[in-house]
Amino acid sequence: MGLSHESWPSHLPSAFTAGSPFLLSSAHPCGVPSWLASFGRGPCFQPVLLCQGTQETLSNALLKPEEEIEGSSGNTEPFSLGSLRNGHLGICAALPGSGGGEAGLLPALPRHPTHHISVPFFWGAPIARSLASRKDLTTLGEKGVASGVRRARGLCPRPGQGLLKATLGFCSFSGKSKEAEIKRINKELANIRSKFKGDKALDGYSKKKYVCKLLFIFLLGHDIDFGHMEAVNLLSSNRYTEKQIGYLFISVLVNSNSELIRLINNAIKNDLASRNPTFMGLALHCIANVGSREMAEAFAGEIPKILVAGDTMDSVKQSAALCLLRLYRTSPDLVPMGDWTSRVVHLLNDQHLGVVTAATSLITTLAQKNPEEFKTSVSLAVSRLSRIVTSASTDLQDYTYYFVPAPWLSVKLLRLLQCYPPPEDPAVRGRLTECLETILNKAQEPPKSKKVQHSNAKNAVLFEAISLIIHHDSEPNLLVRACNQLGQFLQHRETNLRYLALESMCTLASSEFSHEAVKTHIETVINALKTERDVSVRQRAVDLLYAMCDRSNAQQIVAEMLNYLETADYSIREEIVLKVAILAEKYAVDYTWYVDTILNLIRIAGDYVSEEVWYRVIQIVINRDDVQGYAAKTVFEALQAPACHENLVKVGGYILGEFGNLIAGDPRSSPLIQFNLLHSKFHLCSVPTRALLLSTYIKFVNLFPEIKTTIQDVLRSDSQLKNADVELQQRAVEYLRLSTIASTDILATVLEEMPPFPERESSILAKLKKKKGPSTVTDLEETKKERSADMNGGAEPAPGNASTVSTPSPSADLLGLGTGPPTNAAPPPSSSGSLLVDVFSEPASAVTQLAPGSQENFARFVCKNNGVLFENQLLQIGLKSEFRQNLGRMFIFYGNKTSTQFLTFTPTLICSDDLQANILACCLPGHRRLASGSWETKPVDPTVDGGAQVQQVVNIECISDFTEAPVLNIQFRYGGTFQNVSVKLPITLNKFFQPTEMASQDFFQRWKQLSNPQQEVQNIFKAKHPMDPEITKAKIIGFGSALLEEVDPNPANFVGAGIIHTRTAQIGCLLRLEPNLQAQMYRLTLRTSKETVSQRLCDLLSEQF
Amino acid sequence: MIGGLFIYNHKGEVLISRVYRDDIGNRRNAVDAFRVNVIHARQQVRSPVTNIARTSFFHVKRSNIWLAAVTKQNVNAAMVFEFLYKMCDVMAAYFGKISEENIKNNFVLIYELLDEILDFGYPQNSETGALKTFITQQGIKSQHQTKEEQSQITSQVTGQIGWRREGIKYRRNELFLDVLESVNLLMSPQGQVLSAHVSGRVVMKSYLSGMPECKFGMNDKIVIEKQGKGTADETGKSGKQSIAIDDCTFHQCVRLSKFDSERSISFIPPDGEFELMRYRTTKDIILPFRVIPLVREVGRTKLEVKVVIKSNFKPSLLAQKIEVRIPTPLNTSGVQVICMKGKAKYKASENAIVWKIKRMAGMKESQISAEIELLPTNDKKKWARPPISMNFEVPFAPSGLKVRYLKVFEPKLNYSDHDVIKWVRYIGRSGIYETRC
Repeated sequence: MGLSHESWPSHLPSAFTAGSPFLLSSAHPCGVPSWLASFGRGPCFQPVLLCQGTQETLSNALLKPEEEIEGSSGNTEPFSLGSLRNGHLGICAALPGSGGGEAGLLPALPRHPTHHISVPFFWGAPIARSLASRKDLTTLGEKGVASGVRRARGLCPRPGQGLLKATLGFCSFSGKSKEAEIKRINKELANIRSKFKGDKALDGYSKKKYVCKLLFIFLLGHDIDFGHMEAVNLLSSNRYTEKQIGYLFISVLVNSNSELIRLINNAIKNDLASRNPTFMGLALHCIANVGSREMAEAFAGEIPKILVAGDTMDSVKQSAALCLLRLYRTSPDLVPMGDWTSRVVHLLNDQHLGVVTAATSLITTLAQKNPEEFKTSVSLAVSRLSRIVTSASTDLQDYTYYFVPAPWLSVKLLRLLQCYPPPEDPAVRGRLTECLETILNKAQEPPKSKKVQHSNAKNAVLFEAISLIIHHDSEPNLLVRACNQLGQFLQHRETNLRYLALESMCTLASSEFSHEAVKTHIETVINALKTERDVSVRQRAVDLLYAMCDRSNAQQIVAEMLNYLETADYSIREEIVLKVAILAEKYAVDYTWYVDTILNLIRIAGDYVSEEVWYRVIQIVINRDDVQGYAAKTVFEALQAPACHENLVKVGGYILGEFGNLIAGDPRSSPLIQFNLLHSKFHLCSVPTRALLLSTYIKFVNLFPEIKTTIQDVLRSDSQLKNADVELQQRAVEYLRLSTIASTDILATVLEEMPPFPERESSILAKLKKKKGPSTVTDLEETKKERSADMNGGAEPAPGNASTVSTPSPSADLLGLGTGPPTNAAPPPSSSGSLLVDVFSEPASAVTQLAPGSQENFARFVCKNNGVLFENQLLQIGLKSEFRQNLGRMFIFYGNKTSTQFLTFTPTLICSDDLQANILACCLPGHRRLASGSWETKPVDPTVDGGAQVQQVVNIECISDFTEAPVLNIQFRYGGTFQNVSVKLPITLNKFFQPTEMASQDFFQRWKQLSNPQQEVQNIFKAKHPMDPEITKAKIIGFGSALLEEVDPNPANFVGAGIIHTRTAQIGCLLRLEPNLQAQMYRLTLRTSKETVSQRLCDLLSEQF
Repeated sequence: MIGGLFIYNHKGEVLISRVYRDDIGNRRNAVDAFRVNVIHARQQVRSPVTNIARTSFFHVKRSNIWLAAVTKQNVNAAMVFEFLYKMCDVMAAYFGKISEENIKNNFVLIYELLDEILDFGYPQNSETGALKTFITQQGIKSQHQTKEEQSQITSQVTGQIGWRREGIKYRRNELFLDVLESVNLLMSPQGQVLSAHVSGRVVMKSYLSGMPECKFGMNDKIVIEKQGKGTADETGKSGKQSIAIDDCTFHQCVRLSKFDSERSISFIPPDGEFELMRYRTTKDIILPFRVIPLVREVGRTKLEVKVVIKSNFKPSLLAQKIEVRIPTPLNTSGVQVICMKGKAKYKASENAIVWKIKRMAGMKESQISAEIELLPTNDKKKWARPPISMNFEVPFAPSGLKVRYLKVFEPKLNYSDHDVIKWVRYIGRSGIYETRC
C-alpha cells in the first residue's frame, strides 16, 4: 500500500498503535487531501471510498426528496462508530483484486446492527451514482462501464457495497491497459470541455455530473486544469448534492489560486452564516480538509464563535471543534485565544457525547500548549470519565461499542488528563483513582463478547489508563496493580498486547513504586526474548530487561542478553551490546565477572562492539588493581583461540602491554609466548590495531628486557620500518630508537604504567543515548540515578556535572602516547553569553562608565608595568605585565576583599572596532574572539571566594599603532546585587618600545632624516609635578625609550631613542625633552617615522610630567 | 552473458522464466525487482535497460508482453537486444502473434527453443529455418525421422553452414529482394532539416536449389568509386548514383572477410525468407514529403491551424497510406476542419487532428485548415506545441539505394545465373517524420 502510518486515519485509539505492528496509527481527524491526490496516482491504486461523518447532517441530507437514492438507502447497514459520530473523516482503500470484501476493506469500521437513523455518507457515492445513472452510460458509451455498473448494481443489494463496486466498475473500464485508459480519459475530458464551453448554461445537475467526473479522473492520476470555476459555482447552489460535490472538488483540487480562493472563501462564509446545519457542516469540513494557512487566516476567528454559540447544532459543534483542531495544528499562531477557551472547556459537560469527544480532542491539543488556560478541564474530564466508567453498557446506547461504553471518549479523556499532574483537589483525585480502579477491575472481568472488537476497545481504555497511572506516578497501589495487569498480558495470545505490555512495563520499571513489581516478571520476559516470533516484541523485551535490571538480577539478565545476542537480529545487535556493556559495568559486584562478560561480548558479537565499549573495559581494568591480573590471564587465554576478533586483539594488546608481567611467571604465558601470541595476530589486523600492538611491543621491551632483541628484530624488519603507513612507520622507527638508546631507567619512566583514568560519564552511555535519541534512555538514566543506592559508586559519574562534562575521546590516551592529559574542561560560566550580549548592546555606555579613579591609574601605568590598577571596597585588580617587541602578556589578578563569595564573576575585554584592528589581545589558552570587538578572557572560575584571588592571563599583540586602550569590564554578583566595574586596561603604544642606544652623531643624523614637518610633534606644557631630573630620567626609561647621555649639547635636556614594534612595521622614535626650570615648563619634541605615532607618544609622555 | 530470461504478461506475472546462470542470485528477487521497478513503476520506464541492485535488465515489449533478459555482467547490450528481437522473430515464426494466450499455449515449445538458442547465456543458432528442422511444433513427428535425417540435422547444425541444409531442390529457381526503408525526419517550422536519417533493410526470399553462392551488388559509394577508377565517365554521369552507407550489419551467412577485403557481399543464402542486411544512411536523403505548418493563436480561446503537404518525388509514383497528425492543445473544446483532399477528423482520445489521404502522386500539394476553440484554464502554462507527425508509404528507397545485381552461382547443379528469376521491390515508409510548428 502506498499509505504511510501517518496518513492512515484510524479510529482505533493509538494505545493500540504507537510503534506497534498495527497498520493503523493515531487518528488524524481531518487530514485528507494531500495524500488523496497521490493516492489516485499509479495504475494499481484506485480510490474506493471516502467516508465522512457527522451523521445527522448527512442523514438530513440524504433524506431529502430530491436526492436520488437508489432504492435501498433506507435499510442501509450503517457503518456507525464513534469516529463517524465525532466527525472524523475516514478513508478506506483497497487494492483492486483484494476481492473487495468489506471486512478487508474497512478494517476499522465495524457495522452496527441496531442503528436506524444515521446513514453514513460516502463521498464516493455521488461519483458512483452519477456514473451509474442511465444518461451517463449513454454519454460514456462504453460497454465496460455499463457492465461494471450493472454488475455493481446486480451484485450488491446494499448501497454501501454497491457504491463501492460501482466505483470499481468505473475503474475497470480504465484498468485494461494504461494506453486505453488514457485514450478513454482524453475523450471524456474533451467532452467535458465542450460541455463547459457550450454557449447554453449547464443546469446544476450536469454541472455536478461533469465536475464529479473531473474529480474522479483527477483521482485516477491525471491532471485537471479546468473546471475549477464550475466547481466554485456549485458551491452557491442550494441543492445539497451539488454543493457537496463542489466542496469535494475544492478540497481535493484547489490550490492557493488567488482569485478562486477569494470566491471560495466567500461561499464558505455564506454557508457558515447560513444557519443551515448541513451547509455549515460542509463548509467546516472543507476548511478542515484544505486546512491551509489561507483558510486559517480567513476563518480561524470565526470558528470559535460557532463552536461556543449557544444555538449551534450539536453536529455543527462537532465539526467546528475538529475543524478548529485542524487549523490549530497547521497554523497555531493564527488561532486566536480568547474568552472562548473557557467556554470550550465547558463543552466537556455537553449532553451530546459526540460533541464531548470532538471537544476533548481539541482541548487536549490546546492544553499541551497552554496548560494553565485549560486547567479547569481536569475536574470536568474526571467527572465525565467517572460517569462513563460507571455507566452500564446499555446506558450510552449509541456510544457503546461491543459492550464497552464510549471507548474513544474514555481514551481521549485519559489522554487529556495526561497533560496535567495529578489533581490537587482530594475529591477530584479520589474520584479519578476510583475511575482508574474501576477500569483495572473491569479488565479482570470475563469478556462480555468473544469478538476481537470488544477486547480491543476494552484494552485501549486500559492501556490509556495505565499510561495515566504511570504519568502520575503517585499511587503505589495503582502502579502495582497496573503492573500485574500488564504481567498478565505478557503471556497473551495477541502479539500486539504483548508488545504494548512490554512497552508500558518499560516505563513502569522506572517508577520507584513499581520497580519491584516489574521485577517479578523477569522469567516471563526472558521467556519472551527466547520464544517470541516478532522481532519488534523481542526488542521491547530487551528494553524491558534493561530497564528492570539492578544488582540483584544483573548477572541473570546479562547472561540472558548474551544468550540472545547470538541469535539476535542484526539491526539491534549493537544496541544490545551497548546495553550489556553498561549493565555489566554498572552492576558488577565482582570485576572478574565484568571482564568475562565483556570478553564474551566481543567473542559473540565482535563486529557490533563499538570503540567505546572496549575503551571502557580498559579504563576499568586500569583503574581497578584487583582485576588486572585476572584480566591479563583471561585475555591471554581468549587470544589463544585460532580466530579472534580484532577488538579482542586490541583489548588483549593493551592489557598485556600494561599487565603482561602479572602473568609472566607462569611458564605457559612467558613473555616470549605472550609476544608471539600477539604478533601472530599482527598481520591480520587493521592499521590502528597494528599501531596499538607496536605500542604494546615497546611496553614489552620495558616489562621483559629478556625479549628485547626479539622485539627489536620485529621493529627493524622492513615491513615495519618501511611500512607504507606513516603512523606505523613512525612508531616503528621511534620505538626502535627508544629501545636501543634509552637506558632501562628512562624506559621505565617513559613507559610507566598508565595512571588511572579520571572517572567520568561512561562513554558507552553517551553512545547509547545518541543511538536511541534523547528520549527513553535518558529518562531511564535520570530515574536510575535517583535510585543510585544500589549502584557502584566508582563507576558512577559524578552526579552534578554528568550531563555537562563532555567525554573527550579516550583513544589518544589509550594508545599510551600521552598526547595530552584528559582535561575535564570546566564548564563555561553559564551566564556569560547573555551578559556579553547585554554589554554589547550599549558598548558606549560601558566605556563611559569607567570606574572612578581609573583614569589616573591608567596614566600611572604608562611608565610602569606592575601595580594595582583598581581598587574599591569589594574588589582589587592587580596587574603584572611584560612586553617584548610587539608581544605582551598581562596577568590580571582579581582579589575579593570581602568575606563573601562573588558569583557569576565574568571579566570581559572590550575593544572598539578600530582598536581591535590594531591590537590583538587574546587570552590563552582556548581564547575565543568575539564578533563585536571584544575578547572573552580566559574563562575564570565564575565564583570567587571571600578573600581569594583569581588570576587571568591576557596575551597581547600589537598589529599596528593605536591610540585607545581596551576596557576591562567585570561583572559579578555580590550579595544580592549586581556589580559592574569597567577599567581601562593600560595597554599603550609605548609598551612596545624597544630602547636603542646610539651615539651623538647617529642621533643627529637620524633626527635630520626625520625632518618632515608631519613627522615632528612638539608640545610645550606646564609641569604638573616637581621637576626632579632623576624622576624624569626614570620616567623616560619607564616609558620605554633609551635615555641617551651626552648627546644633547645642553646637559639639562633629555634625549631618548627607541623603536616601536608592531606586527606590521617597526617605527623609529626619537624624543627630546627640554625642561625650563624658570617657567616650570617643558618642551617635548618627538620625531618618528609615523605621524600618528609621534602624536600619540607625545600625548602619553606629556601627561607624565 | 545473459543470466536469465523472463517473459511477463502486462500484469507482471511471469509466464516464462529460464535461468542460465547462478549469478543473478535468487530468481524470485530478480523477477520481482523487474516487475516492481519497471512494469509497475509509477513513472513509465523509458529506458530499455534498467539497472536494479547491480543487476541489468534488458527488456523489449511486444504488445502486452514483456521480454526481459537479466544479467549481472557487463554484457554487450546491442547483442542482448539483437537476441531478444531474434527471439521474438523465432516465436512469431512458430506460433504467430506474441500474445499471452499464445505463450501460455506454447510454453513447452518456448522452453525447448530457449534451450536451443541460448546456451549458458550465449546466443546460439537463431535461424528459424534451421530450428524448424529439429524443433517441430508437433513433438511426436521427430520420432518418425530416420536416422539419416537426424544425423543430417546434426551435421548441419554443427557444421560450417548451419543455416542451410543440403539437397534442396526447386523446379523454378526464384528469388525476391525487398529493400525496406524507414525515413526519419525532424524539421523546423521554416523547413530546415534538423535531423534526418534512413534505416533500411534488405530482405531476401530465396527459393534456390542446391548450395548456391550469391553475390549482391548495390550502389555503395565505396564500391562505385573503386570500380569507377577505370571508367571515369560513369562516375561523372551518375554523380548521385551512389550512396554513402553509414553503417551496416549482415546476416550470418555473409562472408565478412570478403566484405572487409573487397567490399563485396557474397553468401550462401538460407532457404526461405531472411534479412540479408541492415544499414543506415544520413546523407542525401530524398524526403518524400514536405510539411508546411501555419499555427496562429487568435486570442486566448482560439487557434487557427493550416497545414500544407507537398509530395517531392517523381509524378509517376504514388504514395500511399498518408496520415498527418496535428496535435491539439489539451484544453481544446471544439474543432472545425476543412480539407480538400482525404478525410480529416478531430480525435479527442489522442488529442490530435488526424488527416488521412489514401493516395497521392508525386509533385502535388494538398492542404488542410482547422479552427480550434479553446477553454480558458487556470494554468498559465503555454501550450508546448508538439510537432506535426506524418505517416506514409512510397515505392522507392528514400536513401537512394539501388540494387545493381544479384548473381547466383551453383557450380554443382546445372543452372546458371540467367535461369534464376529475380524480383526486386523498394518500399519507403515513414519512421518518425515530424515537423515542428
